[in-house]
Amino acid sequence: MTTLDSGVDSLADVTSSEDRLRRFLLGLPGVDQVGAEARAATLSTRSIKTTAKAYALDLAISMIDLTTLEGQDTPGKVRALCAKAKRPDPADPTAPQVAAVCVYPDLVATAKRELQGSGINVASVATAFPSGRSSLAIKIQDTKDAVASGADEVDMVIDRGAFLSGRYAMVFDEIAAIREAAGDAHLKVILETGELVTYDNVRRASWLAMLAGADFIKTSTGKVSPAATLPVTLVMLEAVRDYHEATGLHIGVKPAGGIRTAKDAIKYLVTVNETAGPDWLDPELFRFGASSLLNDLLMQRTKLATGHYPGPDYFTLD
Amino acid sequence: MSRFEYAPAPESRAIVDIKSSYGLFVNGQFVEATDGKPFKTVSPASEEVLAEVGEAGPADVDKAVRAARKAFDKVWGPMSGKDRAKYLFRIARLIQERARELAVLESLDNGKPIRESRDVDIPLVAAHFFYYAGWADKLEYAGVGDDPQPWGVAGQVIPWNFPMLMLAWKIAPALAAGNTVVLKPAETTPLTALAFAEICQQADLPPGVVNIVTGAGRTGQALVEHPDVNKVAFTGSTAVGRAIAKSVAGTHKAVTLELGGKAANIVFEDAAIDQTIEGIVNGIFFNQGHVCCAGSRLLVQESVYDEVLARLKRRMSTLRVGDPLDKNTDIGAINSAAQLAKIRELSQIGEDEGAERWSPECELPANGYWFPPTVFTGVSQAHRIAREEIFGPVLSVLTFRTPAEAVEKANNTPFGLSAGIWTEKGSRILWMANQLRAGVVWANTFNRFDPTSPFGGYKESGYGREGGRHGLEAYLAH
Repeated sequence: MTTLDSGVDSLADVTSSEDRLRRFLLGLPGVDQVGAEARAATLSTRSIKTTAKAYALDLAISMIDLTTLEGQDTPGKVRALCAKAKRPDPADPTAPQVAAVCVYPDLVATAKRELQGSGINVASVATAFPSGRSSLAIKIQDTKDAVASGADEVDMVIDRGAFLSGRYAMVFDEIAAIREAAGDAHLKVILETGELVTYDNVRRASWLAMLAGADFIKTSTGKVSPAATLPVTLVMLEAVRDYHEATGLHIGVKPAGGIRTAKDAIKYLVTVNETAGPDWLDPELFRFGASSLLNDLLMQRTKLATGHYPGPDYFTLD
Repeated sequence: MSRFEYAPAPESRAIVDIKSSYGLFVNGQFVEATDGKPFKTVSPASEEVLAEVGEAGPADVDKAVRAARKAFDKVWGPMSGKDRAKYLFRIARLIQERARELAVLESLDNGKPIRESRDVDIPLVAAHFFYYAGWADKLEYAGVGDDPQPWGVAGQVIPWNFPMLMLAWKIAPALAAGNTVVLKPAETTPLTALAFAEICQQADLPPGVVNIVTGAGRTGQALVEHPDVNKVAFTGSTAVGRAIAKSVAGTHKAVTLELGGKAANIVFEDAAIDQTIEGIVNGIFFNQGHVCCAGSRLLVQESVYDEVLARLKRRMSTLRVGDPLDKNTDIGAINSAAQLAKIRELSQIGEDEGAERWSPECELPANGYWFPPTVFTGVSQAHRIAREEIFGPVLSVLTFRTPAEAVEKANNTPFGLSAGIWTEKGSRILWMANQLRAGVVWANTFNRFDPTSPFGGYKESGYGREGGRHGLEAYLAH
């Protein structure tokens, strides 16, 4: 079966048994590593200047999930992050807000309070983040806990061990269970592509997550290296594009970890634009999980407006 | 602005200094042509006249050949390989230093996008000089005998599609092997060859080792037929190649010819689909399709035909056609009015013969020579667009059912320069590569060039090889 001519019905069909799911995923067209990397390299040579750059910088800011996922996180740290999310550049109120603030479940309530009325979502990692090595019951509870505290978005991790050993149905069932536990919250499924290693695996895991009900597919936890790369994101964008072609549904993509500069962010936006298409250039469908990126975007934005680079101390830490 | 529209990102022209007129480069100096009428070279993207260039007549060509002979006898031939290598390395480094200037000049004169001249052409040019510099003192290890000798004076005629790269393919191995050269660039794209002449001066290359004579067919003919030329190398059309073969028949001249092509790009149902689409696009739309090894005949397995076509059309819609100096341009201008007319004529014939023509919506600039990326479906082997080289951004799509049929169709052409195979099955790649009558067979990629890899054709695509050790062999008598 090819990806384009499979309708919604036949896709429902492929998840009806473990064997069918497996055959479907293994039957997806392969990804040629050399070709995928060459394409990503070509896309990153696009030269984005002046008006296009200004547009891209603001767009990128509006797509950021401002994140803190440290053992040492405190309510104070989260409050500071939320203040920054609402007003990224204190010196320039025209800088757009970010899309969401992403925290551990126990800090969701704090973030929710701080962001009340701002329109900024609160995202929470759940499901025994970052390793995902707990029982399903614990993962479901973790998810419910985050949602009960007010999380608008849940970032879950897949069981990479199960995926790599070929137990696709188990991964599927787990995503579906979390989907249900998350209720109305948006579900972002973290594939941890650095541990999946091959692009073939990335494509399969992307399809698996989408079939199981993901609203977003996300590259990484940020705790594993390599995290997001442009070719991996390209392969995921091709997957959401093909899934849209087959079902009419729009699934979002979120590269996370390792994207630090405005220049890199623009390369991702170009890749989105030319792969999934302009529809995906929207915080509803594309996010950056990258906190240190924000200050570089702000600095480039100021440079574009004033003609010179302010020093790093002109922007807040968080 | 509500959409992500790329603002123009033009590369600055300020880095190149184009003179209003150019002479010939003979015996280390720029000299006026004495028996031809100067002609103009224009920018195909705007039809702006870039410079006036001298036309070398038979007397000028004779001077250039005599300078080359003298340099061969007195300096370059007797010089040790090690010393020749030093000059070649120096030239390679100068090309790298002046890379941006050469890329801009190439895009101006040829019409190809700066993205390609900057990222593909000029880096490959430098790579060829570096590669052959390494061979200059190791000729006895080239596998052509203990004491291989240069032919003497090489007369070289190159086309307009890769002006600087073809120059490198010709000059680098010739000089490494100890020959001296007289090179004629194409009349529509002489400027980078003249910039290369300056580089030879900068490198202190002994006078006469490299001579550049500009002009059209008449100049080329004078060069090829000159009795004191020992080796002829030509890249260009099959028709001219045939004339050259006739003119040197019966002489003692050695000849290599790199001529046309009508390459099959064969897509199997198990191919990595997205990379295959990129490969198809790169195969035919790279350099506006002005590539002799372009994958102009797409052979798709019937079972994936619809999917491949749908994806190809979607991808073609993202190609950006326009100003070659804009860094975001994917497809530049057609090199000349004559070439544009030929592409239009053959495309019209395609329609008249019943093939279905499709191009993405794209606005073409008002001035200059432009042709949108085009795909023809419903093409059969009997159609002229499936047989003749169009040398433009025009792709013909055919289908097949079995590997054997793919081979049969791919080989059913008077040409045999290149072919492409797209499949995830390694054994099929090896089997296909053995069956295909083509000089270069790419697997899961297309239009990849490397100085270490030989390139050349079967049948009407010419004879001899350029690049690699084989390319060196073509410049050695043994």
